[in-house]
Amino acid sequence: MQLTKKTNIAAQLATATCVLLGSAQTHAAPTTSGEWQFDTAILYYGETDRVSLVEGVVSATKDFGDDHIFNGKITYDGLTGASATGAVAQDAVQTFSRPSGKGGYQVAANTTPLDDTFRDSRVQLNANWAQPFSSGIAGGVGVHISKEYDYFSAGLNGNLSFDFNQKNTTLSVGSSFQYDQIDPVGGKPIGLSSMPMRPYSDYDDDDEQSESENSDEFYDSAFTTQYQSREKSADKNTLDVLVGLTQVLNRRTIMQVNYGLSVADGYLNDPYKLLSVVDTTGVTQDIVFEERPDTRTKHNIFWQTKYAMNNGVVDVSYRYMQDDWDIKSHTVESRLRFNVGESGYLQPHFRYYRQGAAEFYRPFLLANEALPEYASADYRLGEMTAYTLGIKYGQKRANGDAWAVRLEYYQQNPQNAGFAEPEALQQQDLYPSIKAMVLQFNYSF
Amino acid sequence: MKNKMKLALITIVVSQVVGCASLGVQPWERDLLAKEEMALNAEGVDLSLDDHIYFSKEATSGGRGFAGGGCGCN
Repeated sequence: MQLTKKTNIAAQLATATCVLLGSAQTHAAPTTSGEWQFDTAILYYGETDRVSLVEGVVSATKDFGDDHIFNGKITYDGLTGASATGAVAQDAVQTFSRPSGKGGYQVAANTTPLDDTFRDSRVQLNANWAQPFSSGIAGGVGVHISKEYDYFSAGLNGNLSFDFNQKNTTLSVGSSFQYDQIDPVGGKPIGLSSMPMRPYSDYDDDDEQSESENSDEFYDSAFTTQYQSREKSADKNTLDVLVGLTQVLNRRTIMQVNYGLSVADGYLNDPYKLLSVVDTTGVTQDIVFEERPDTRTKHNIFWQTKYAMNNGVVDVSYRYMQDDWDIKSHTVESRLRFNVGESGYLQPHFRYYRQGAAEFYRPFLLANEALPEYASADYRLGEMTAYTLGIKYGQKRANGDAWAVRLEYYQQNPQNAGFAEPEALQQQDLYPSIKAMVLQFNYSF
Repeated sequence: MKNKMKLALITIVVSQVVGCASLGVQPWERDLLAKEEMALNAEGVDLSLDDHIYFSKEATSGGRGFAGGGCGCN
């Protein structure tokens, strides 16, 4: 009996998630009020020599009867490590100011500049409510709030779904609004302005960083003024609309097609990203902050099909994205679940991703050319392919609890989107690959 | 030529959507589709963790759900 109840709740949870994410509700069985169902996970994500992340999730779901479902979720993540600043490697040691302006750091010759002060923790709370309204019509509302050291985000979303054709076809429409505020360390830099450099050349290395941060005599007044005159915070609004159609094709196959529109308006820069301004030989003359447009409109098409095999599930999906920054991307993903024994399963995961560069992406700027209106050297806006290979093993316990473990490898291969490189940059690896491992444990009870 | 391609594509999409009306199963044929792992968003916790990683490492987000990330990682 306990087993049945758990299974029902899990199915309800999936349905509720479906509804709240703007997908279609595919099945619903009448139920009575149930117990709380908890889904927990802890994930480690580690890149070679760069970022590492630990993320924990606790999600609690309760059916208050007749598919009136509440879900609350808390997510915590802790991030440390270094991320690429966008500046190019040089054949000499380079010196950069910290984002705060308090101190600086040096990057060795022939090394991709990384900002190693990347350290943050984030807490996110989500709450969702889903319920049917009348025969064939269901809806849901959700809120989220998220806070990290220099960032705050809050959002609202709502969704309606309409079943017809004996619940074989479901049309869903959803919308979300999100407000984000960023308080960059050191204030908001002016786009494409030069990174302030202290008038000294005695930048300390990392080990002596704390010492330099505490030293007042360290600052030159003109240098300090550049930070003090900056705006302290910036914000953006994001509006999403999602329309989805889910269709049962036959006893074994279900398909979904979504169209998503996302419009972001406001401060879309990454305040910590830089660009090198190089001369015709490729030697850095200046370092400037990036500048992106203040609006972005994205269109997504997402298609997914699931097929029930006798001993497992085939899940394939494809996504196409295009935006008015001229980025186009393709994502293909598959999960193949093979049931093992009575209660276990083994699930290989494959994902391939390819994106084109934003029209304002520049791996570097040339000193003898006029500054463009917008420019970013953030490799995440450049041309890139990426793939993920993973394996997951999961098992249901006799008491109805379930556990799973998954291990994945993720590699990004940024590419030159057709930029001619001055001589000094030809010896540098301007598009280094990023390799990461993911390890995750799940437990549901 | 491009217009013809577009027209052909629209025809295919429309015919698929209209065709939906004759697709599907009877309520008593939902044994396989009703399985937990056949829900389109089965493993929701994994999917949201993946979304967070890819949101912060790539230029694309959303598709399955809303595109907003709720974090300052991109």
